Amino acid sequence: MTPLLQVQDLHVAYISRAGQKSSALAGLSFEVLPGETLGVLGESGSGKSTLAAALLRLLPGNGIIEKGIALFEGQDLLQAEPRTLQRLRGGRIAVIFQEPSLALHPTIRIGEQIRDVLAAHESLSRRALRQKTLRLLADVFPADTARIAESYSHQLSGGQQQRVLIAQAIACGPSLVVADEPTASLDPSTQQEILTLFRKLREKFHLSLLLITHNPAVLAGFADRILVMYAGKVAEIGPAEKVLASPQHPYTRALLQSMPGRVEGHANHHKSKLAVIPGETPSLEVPAKGCRFEPRCADRMELCTKREPAAVDVSESHAVSCFKYGE
Amino acid sequence: MGLSHKNTERLLIVENLEKLYASRGMLGAKKEVLALQGVSFSICPKSTLALVGESGSGKSTLAFCLACLERPTSGRIIFQGEEITALDDNQQRSVRPQIQLVFQDPARSLNPRFSALELVGEPLVVQGRLNKRKREERARALLTQVGLPQEKALQRAEEFSGGQRQRLAIARALALEPKLLILDEALSALDCSVQAQIANLLLELQSSLGLTYLFITHDFAMAGHLADEIAVMERGRVVELGAADRVLCEPEHEITRRLINRIPQRPGKRKSTA
Repeated sequence: MTPLLQVQDLHVAYISRAGQKSSALAGLSFEVLPGETLGVLGESGSGKSTLAAALLRLLPGNGIIEKGIALFEGQDLLQAEPRTLQRLRGGRIAVIFQEPSLALHPTIRIGEQIRDVLAAHESLSRRALRQKTLRLLADVFPADTARIAESYSHQLSGGQQQRVLIAQAIACGPSLVVADEPTASLDPSTQQEILTLFRKLREKFHLSLLLITHNPAVLAGFADRILVMYAGKVAEIGPAEKVLASPQHPYTRALLQSMPGRVEGHANHHKSKLAVIPGETPSLEVPAKGCRFEPRCADRMELCTKREPAAVDVSESHAVSCFKYGE
Repeated sequence: MGLSHKNTERLLIVENLEKLYASRGMLGAKKEVLALQGVSFSICPKSTLALVGESGSGKSTLAFCLACLERPTSGRIIFQGEEITALDDNQQRSVRPQIQLVFQDPARSLNPRFSALELVGEPLVVQGRLNKRKREERARALLTQVGLPQEKALQRAEEFSGGQRQRLAIARALALEPKLLILDEALSALDCSVQAQIANLLLELQSSLGLTYLFITHDFAMAGHLADEIAVMERGRVVELGAADRVLCEPEHEITRRLINRIPQRPGKRKSTA
């Protein structure tokens, strides 16, 4: 199958006011297949939000794409002209950001905010716009669409606001939706509702989903494949069940072990110390010679400080960047 | 929930707490929200009670009432044998230092312009305790206690990472040597690996300082890990209360079962760690 999105050797850096360069993405490569959900798992500072912004060319002024290719439907997003980008953004690729309350306009009614997205990409009559808006709202809300179309964002709950953003995202029939922490600000039961909605929509519209999160639990049973990021690099990428059930990279393993146990049989772990990853995420201003996880790694070897590990296939479509699995 | 236990054995006893918020909407229509109703529970010294519930269940209102930041509409709060709900504002000043709060988002609860030392020493200034030199000594000791390096003492809050900021918030809460620490979603905004670090710190501090925790969360898995007892709240009421293991393994109330079922499955099996 030809991939829908193919990212190769993507490098992104931020320049501070003092002229100091910090590299946020250092050679990221991956693919997203049509209809596939790729979960991007990373903690603060791993570069996962930079990835979303770079793909849509929405980096802040001090962010620069140093090199790389991001082929999407045959076109390099990183080289695309502004007009092309305008057509792609919201049309073929949609993005959903973390904080739904900040993404909606406070004084424009919800219906109109969805119509705006449609009007930017399609030439429809007022009547058709109205009908399509209501249809989109019906796709994401179980009921009450007419009232919601007439509401303002502050009248909606966090979960409802997120549903509106999802309606905007799917409005023009994109093939890829990039969702950056779409559930992080919601409470657990609302989180589950939003994930259920995503499940329904990706099937109905055959969407590819790039779901960025810091929470492994969100990806379990939801993502097809998982890409684990650490300090701007791919630590591990593979089928979701494999990555979560038998993580191979020392970072992925330590991250999953640091979570408190599931309810069943937790009694013996109760009030015991959780396994932690010592230290902090590395500063990106200092270029690393070796593996970026080496200072915190339980399995470090001498080789790890000398040069960076390349991706090694540990099984079919499961690759790990670690010297434990060969050089 | 009977109150058969003797008052002296408990650090905190809450009886039949009720909080009514009244607001005037547009056109003068009066709106009333009963944020807490008939809430009763107690906490033993040096133990942890987790308060689990969804947004809007009244968890934070309860925290504010306990910390003397809100006055309940009715009901009693007895702390160390003293009925603090019967005290006037002035008298409550002497209770507040004993009950400290740690909030969810340290980026918002700490003044970004203050240095770590100033932040941690500020409660001592407010309460007029210790002279300047002693204050600094105490502040430095607190930084060490929460695992922050001395080299960072003069750095400003904004230069710290999320996990370090939460350590600062904890150090600040400990400055006045409280008996009870109310942790209001104190881990929720942190990355998984940082959550584990802070959870371990809380366990360490509990055993070394004999602290009592009220751990407010919507994360049932973490509640099960840290708490001795769990109280489940819904719409301002405590619907289930019991030993952590019992509530998790044999939940009695339908709400509890629903919340537990919504814990996202922890991925994979735990591999035995050497």
